[in-house]
Amino acid sequence: MVSLTVNGKAQRVDVQPEMPLLWVLRETLGLTGTKYGCGMALCGACTVHLDGAPVRACVTPASAAAGKRVTTIEGLSDKGDHPLQRAWTEVDVPQCGYCQPGQIMSAAALLASKPSPTDADIDAAMAGNICRCGTYQRIRAAIHQAAALQKGGAR
Amino acid sequence: MKTLVSRRALLKGGLAVGAGLTIGFPLPRRRSDALAQTPGVFAPNQWLRIDRDGVVTITNSVPEMGQGSLTTTPMIIADELDVDLDRVRVEQAPANPALFKNPVTGAQSYGGSRGVRDHLAMWRKAAAGAREMLMQAAANEWGVPVESVETEPSAVVHKPTGRRLLYGQLVDRAQQLPVPQDPKLKTPDKFRYIGKHVHRRDTPEKITGRGIYGVDVVVPGMLVASIERCPVFGGKVKSFDATAAKQVKGVKHIVQVSNGIAVVADGFWSASQGRKALRVTWDEGPTAQVSSAMITREYEAAARQPGQVARNDGDAEKALAAGGRVHEAVYQVPFLEHACMEPMNATAQVTPDACVIWAPTQNPGGTQATGARLTGLPPEKVTVHTTLLGGGFGRRGEQDFIVDAVETAKAVGAPVKVMWTREDDLTHGFYRPATYNLFRAALDANGMPAAWFTRMVGPGILIQKGRAKAGEIDAAAVEAVRNMPYDVPNLRIEWTNKDFGIPLGFWRSVGPSQNGFIIESFIDELAHLAGKDPYEYRRALLGKSPRHKGVLELAATKANWGAPLPSGRGRGIAVVFSYGSYAATVAEVSVAPDGAVRVHRLVAAIDPGIAVNPDQVKAQMEGGAVYALTAAFYGRITIDRGRVQQSNFHDYPMLRINEMPVVEPHILDSGEAPGGLGEPGVPSVAPAVCNAIYAVTGKRVRTLPIDRAQLKRA
Repeated sequence: MVSLTVNGKAQRVDVQPEMPLLWVLRETLGLTGTKYGCGMALCGACTVHLDGAPVRACVTPASAAAGKRVTTIEGLSDKGDHPLQRAWTEVDVPQCGYCQPGQIMSAAALLASKPSPTDADIDAAMAGNICRCGTYQRIRAAIHQAAALQKGGAR
Repeated sequence: MKTLVSRRALLKGGLAVGAGLTIGFPLPRRRSDALAQTPGVFAPNQWLRIDRDGVVTITNSVPEMGQGSLTTTPMIIADELDVDLDRVRVEQAPANPALFKNPVTGAQSYGGSRGVRDHLAMWRKAAAGAREMLMQAAANEWGVPVESVETEPSAVVHKPTGRRLLYGQLVDRAQQLPVPQDPKLKTPDKFRYIGKHVHRRDTPEKITGRGIYGVDVVVPGMLVASIERCPVFGGKVKSFDATAAKQVKGVKHIVQVSNGIAVVADGFWSASQGRKALRVTWDEGPTAQVSSAMITREYEAAARQPGQVARNDGDAEKALAAGGRVHEAVYQVPFLEHACMEPMNATAQVTPDACVIWAPTQNPGGTQATGARLTGLPPEKVTVHTTLLGGGFGRRGEQDFIVDAVETAKAVGAPVKVMWTREDDLTHGFYRPATYNLFRAALDANGMPAAWFTRMVGPGILIQKGRAKAGEIDAAAVEAVRNMPYDVPNLRIEWTNKDFGIPLGFWRSVGPSQNGFIIESFIDELAHLAGKDPYEYRRALLGKSPRHKGVLELAATKANWGAPLPSGRGRGIAVVFSYGSYAATVAEVSVAPDGAVRVHRLVAAIDPGIAVNPDQVKAQMEGGAVYALTAAFYGRITIDRGRVQQSNFHDYPMLRINEMPVVEPHILDSGEAPGGLGEPGVPSVAPAVCNAIYAVTGKRVRTLPIDRAQLKRA
């Protein structure tokens, strides 16, 4: 048994403690927004927040999340209107979209710590997230746009 | 012939209706299934229906793999039908080739950037016909001539009397009317959506985690499987010991299937643990003798022998023998894997009288056929649900992952989702062919090519797949070489098929993805040899290829070709035709003393005939550039003892955001027949970058991926 809080809700899950958090989220709790891409923390598709910090769920054992707060893409905002999600929509970032939950979760952690990130900040925070469709240019634009939206106090 | 006139007018007005009409595609069909019989539903054809509440449902047949079909398809139909796009519903077509096949290829399978270009004319006609039926229904209701009514979004109006009926109010009457065979299409000046910037409709589900990809499918009672495959291509199971694997918690079944041993469990993690505990002995077969070094040696040897003639203009041999400035070069490209972000997977349920498949597939028709073949059921008993695709790039037209799911589900008698790991995905792909290409050219007194000879050596995708005859020229292998656009009086292209059994596939832009690199690099060599500007050199040789010239000039102009650059930077240019569209790229790069290349800017121009959703055309150009840069800088699959040596993103790296150049896409709206968009952004990028590297270093990249060590300053 592992106890953790996922998107604000307390959960007790009957899983092996070494099972990666990714599969707890996707298969035990049915939160399929967090994606599998590599299983080795190389692509970032499985990025979630653990007590607010971005982690790769594919290499995070369930036991490491015990007693912690996990936020997934499903819990980022109530109505899909986080400044990043609004900016992502305005800029038309996603193509296939598979990597985008991970991209957005990495970007959300970035904006939480650096409300006005520079291009270098974006490079540093987002280089762990691969997008095979090649939406990087729009991801960068959307992060800047989200930073502006967030500063405008609109949320 | 009123319609002919209107088609001509359309052409003149900047919108060709496309190749479909000229080859005579089937007319939109009136639905004959249950839906068409449903009272209160107006379903004039397979592409759209309207209910009494006025709800319009559009069926999109093209799988959504990132190219934007879930937006583009309804844009086209809503425009001609005259309804508000944000009020229509879109559903993904089931597998039913009789209704939903691509009218040009005849298959319900999507590759070759065929979404818009093959369907545009048909969809417009289907929607325009439905609109005419609604107008006729209203005219009949009012007892006025149909010529006196018109439409506003979702309504037919009779301006003289101010009468108005909503589409929903007309469905019962409209459903009784004959389907017009030659409806009048909108003139482009009346378009509300086509040619305008429309936001993607699938973004909300893709940024909230709600979108359902193949890996996200859940079916009641479903099990999850992971398959241990022979590391060597073509190898077979000799024996296996499942004793330890069966002890793993959660493992339910272990079954042998065509592609290996399936470990079926209550979840992916248990299946993976079970798979690790499995012991399999393989009969590796003859491919175990194959290595990349051997393939290269064999290619080299073959390149010394004559090949099959793919094109022969004038007498290249004689012109080369005549002397003058002769130049020779060898270009090589490696095997590549698609690396879709979503690893291969599919879900199936097989019962005695039905098979249901949920799959992220580019090939719903093929998936249905696979299901039928493996279960013995007739195709109509095989239901295919096409999910969102986490990347396609040609990989997802294949059937191997469908076979996995159907066979495993059938064997265990329960719904099964077969999931591949990233390692499975990279080591069991269908690879872009590695090739070896010998070039020889002679320049005339003015420095222009008097003779050009190319001998290509490599395997043929179409031949390997049985889609072309062995012994013939493989069209995919020579594409963009055989039809290279430059005006050379003596031109000879040869091809030699050398296939060592490495599975081959269609990799985003296929032949042109690699042949664009070799042709556009070699022409650049000739320009420099002649002491001429590479842009002007190409222009001078494109007299018979105005659309190549058009995009070349647009890219050069937008990039300020010829204007001074900051010290240490160089520019390169390239132009390639593929999949009905013309594309050119100007790259700006710098090269550090240690040989590290930085691409600063890519100015891209495309002539797709018509840009239905221009912002998404640009998105495809941006994405195509990244796909091409990844291949140029990192892409290499190597083979040792019949095995792929790469396994995950650490040894098969992808371009990342910190390496992303600024990409500036420009659209040339030529008004010609519609071309493809998913692929044409790729081929001109690698040669433009390598030509820029030459401009700044004087070093010619003739082998991909780019070897930084070779660019190091001595």
